[in-house]
Amino acid sequence: MSLIGQPLPRVDGPDKVTGRAHYAADFPADRMAHAAVVQSTIARGRITGFDLAEAEQVPGVLAILTHRNAPRLGKIPEIPPVDPVGTPEHPLQDDLVLHQNQHIAVVVAETLEQARWAASRVRVSYAPEPAVIDMQATLRHARPASKDEISAKPGNVGRGDADATLASAAVTVDSLSVMERENQNPIELHATTAQWDSDGERLTVWDKTQWVQSCAKHLGAAFNIPPERVHVIDPFIGGAFGSSLRVWPHTYIAAMAAKVVGRPVKLVLSRREYYGGTGARPWTQQRVRLGADRDGSLQAIRHEVTAENSRYEIYTENVLKATPILYRCRNVDLPYRVALRDVNSPNAMRGPGLATGVYALELAMDELAVALKMDPLALRLRNIPERDQMKDLPFSSISLEQCLTEAASRFGWDRRNHQPGSMRDGRLQLGWGMAVSNYPAEKVKATARARVTAKGEVHVATASSDMGPGTWTSVTQVAADTLDLAMEQVKLSIGDSALPMAPVHGGSMTISSIGPAVRDACEKLRGAVYGAAGVNTGDILEIARRIGRDFEAEGAFDPGDLEERFSMEGFGAVFAEVTVDPDTSEIRVRRITGAYGIGKVVNPLLARSQCIGGMMGGIGMALLEQTEIDRRSGRFVNGNLAEYLVPTMADTPALDVTFVPEEDRNVGGLGTKGLGEIALVGVAPAIANAVFHATGKRLRHLPMTPDRLAMA
Amino acid sequence: MNTQDSHTAPAPGVTLLVNGTRHHLAIGPEVTLLDALRERLNLTGAKKGCDLGQCGACTVILDGKRVNSCLVLAARAQDRPITTIEGLAADGRLHPLQQAFITHDAFQCGYCTPGQIMSGVALIEEGRGHDEAEIRKHMSGNLCRCGAYANIIAAIREAAART
Ligand code: FES
Ligand code: FES
Repeated sequence: MSLIGQPLPRVDGPDKVTGRAHYAADFPADRMAHAAVVQSTIARGRITGFDLAEAEQVPGVLAILTHRNAPRLGKIPEIPPVDPVGTPEHPLQDDLVLHQNQHIAVVVAETLEQARWAASRVRVSYAPEPAVIDMQATLRHARPASKDEISAKPGNVGRGDADATLASAAVTVDSLSVMERENQNPIELHATTAQWDSDGERLTVWDKTQWVQSCAKHLGAAFNIPPERVHVIDPFIGGAFGSSLRVWPHTYIAAMAAKVVGRPVKLVLSRREYYGGTGARPWTQQRVRLGADRDGSLQAIRHEVTAENSRYEIYTENVLKATPILYRCRNVDLPYRVALRDVNSPNAMRGPGLATGVYALELAMDELAVALKMDPLALRLRNIPERDQMKDLPFSSISLEQCLTEAASRFGWDRRNHQPGSMRDGRLQLGWGMAVSNYPAEKVKATARARVTAKGEVHVATASSDMGPGTWTSVTQVAADTLDLAMEQVKLSIGDSALPMAPVHGGSMTISSIGPAVRDACEKLRGAVYGAAGVNTGDILEIARRIGRDFEAEGAFDPGDLEERFSMEGFGAVFAEVTVDPDTSEIRVRRITGAYGIGKVVNPLLARSQCIGGMMGGIGMALLEQTEIDRRSGRFVNGNLAEYLVPTMADTPALDVTFVPEEDRNVGGLGTKGLGEIALVGVAPAIANAVFHATGKRLRHLPMTPDRLAMA
Repeated sequence: MNTQDSHTAPAPGVTLLVNGTRHHLAIGPEVTLLDALRERLNLTGAKKGCDLGQCGACTVILDGKRVNSCLVLAARAQDRPITTIEGLAADGRLHPLQQAFITHDAFQCGYCTPGQIMSGVALIEEGRGHDEAEIRKHMSGNLCRCGAYANIIAAIREAAART
């Protein structure tokens, strides 16, 4: 029986439940020194001086680095698809302050306590400049994103004539919505341990990163050494959700500090420091205008987004990716605008772009259903696309209709009274809402290596990572399945830049890219072993033992021209039930049902975990999460885990996950489409639409906090 | 002060009794229990997620009670029995809750997991592991950003039923 598709427990489970799994801050080193950063306390301006006298007096202090004495860094490269356009922060290189909580100095000391105490004693003087933080003020200067800034992402380019069609459409809606800035807030703090060789030519870094090899390239460029001399290690990532895609300033700072003191240095950003030290899902405002016939057939969509950005980089994302393909529609307009303010650059968070864009689109679709007096489910079914009208390509497969009907029937949607405010449970208002989910089935080049030793051990390696989806397990499954072995017989290595090339661990493309590379390596390995033995069947472990030598094979995956032949997309449908307390405006999610068509499911146990995790993330996005930035000072008002609210166990509703069978022979590789992002994308709009159904009030602002609902 | 006294007086520092082993650490009163475990004893199973008592990743059992070790000064834990995730599996055999976490896939990234398990073990000891409402309420100090809560509830119920 094939191991692919089996609900196997995680191979790294025993390490994770015993504390043996080592994350970036868990690696010991001899003579470890500890670093603590000093962050800016203004949003914009120049540093005019440091008073280090008191900090230098703290026992155990080994070095204090500022832009005045820190090693000079080379130019930090821009590596697609992760890095935004512009000039990334080059930490401790000049006196410029670009945002609040920017690292402007680092203290290295014998102990963590000494480093943190001394860092708190560093006095900084500034020449502040006026900063614009307030989004309303920022919006006045919003401008279209340029072609370079958008690069390959959808935006600005549409089709047909949306404006003219909207003007003459039988039914139209005009839906404005706002989403606050959100932080990924993985529970693992961002951490880097850096160690230079005695000759200062080789750097080893234990870093919280979703892309070990990109991290090696960035550090190599910054420190003027070839990337092969930078060894980045991160076998376990304590969650990231996008926060570890980029190489953040503190990683360079840890390496600089290690260089200066000539010892390994560990730098862990505190939870407070994290908000300014990394990125966040951008604040966005969206306006979606829809035009339809009386029977619900969509005729025009105009979806405009304005997204916050910093002044030093422009980060754009796939906000407008789903809009032109999710529904059959001839006329689509997709303006993408950016609004610059004096904050740290935003970056990708789980379901980047699509989580934002699908929220606004699905809110507008719900409004259209109301305007048409139509079942929102029927409206979706009416507009199922036959092909990708944006790329003008057939879908490799599309199960949107099956997802909608399957999820609707599991949820019991046919019992819904479509009249808003019509359903109750005692004194609570009850609401049922639904939305579509979508994420592109991305896949890129990847490589892997497989080896069987003379002792009969199998080792498989690729430089990918595992931030939680289960790469350790799913890749082991692929290898064991290909080689006809038991799971325990395969030893996997990942999370190490010295291993065979693998793409960024993000964008739901890990298993679709490295899965087929591993399979290829294993097939070639078996071919090599059989070839040497002159057989074409048998146990490769036994044969290798008998021949008495090691065999090794390299495998690769290249999607080739797949992208030109098919539009490859995962689709899903999400239904949610909420209750609203009419007195307190408290919204609670009672249950969520999600159905997904995502090609082959390698491990249903782990896949379900990803989906329930995505649902919890969606609940946070819908009801709780917002990074509040003081509009005068630019400070993070709620920069900690008690005030930046994330869902807890008490917030967990009944979660129902199902995968519709989808055999996709066109999508390449293992037939997988990826799951991490699509699991989150449709959740918040389903909840938002349920809130409308419960109350008859259209709340256009995420998160839907009680105060916002009370004032709606 | 006579010489004899200075010989018998405790050496400066803190003595910690972790997983049945006594450790003397030459640390000052400012060091938290979490940092003592992680940075001095290399017991990195207890995780730091906030250092502010907000996430529960650092949960250990002190004197039979679960505590956020980032909020306890090591000096206050002197000579009191401490159990960390490293000390839970007796003779290499997983604790029933550790096994249940694997069976129910009660984690993804695994970073909150040591804290969840220590908290869950104490919760079961508190007699609160059988009732879902109790579990939800009394485990909500342990954040899981991967959102594995539904599976954690299932794991705790199963382990509670066995103990
Ligand atoms: S690290 Fe102690 S509660 Fe978060
Ligand atoms: S498993 Fe990742 S935070 Fe809980």
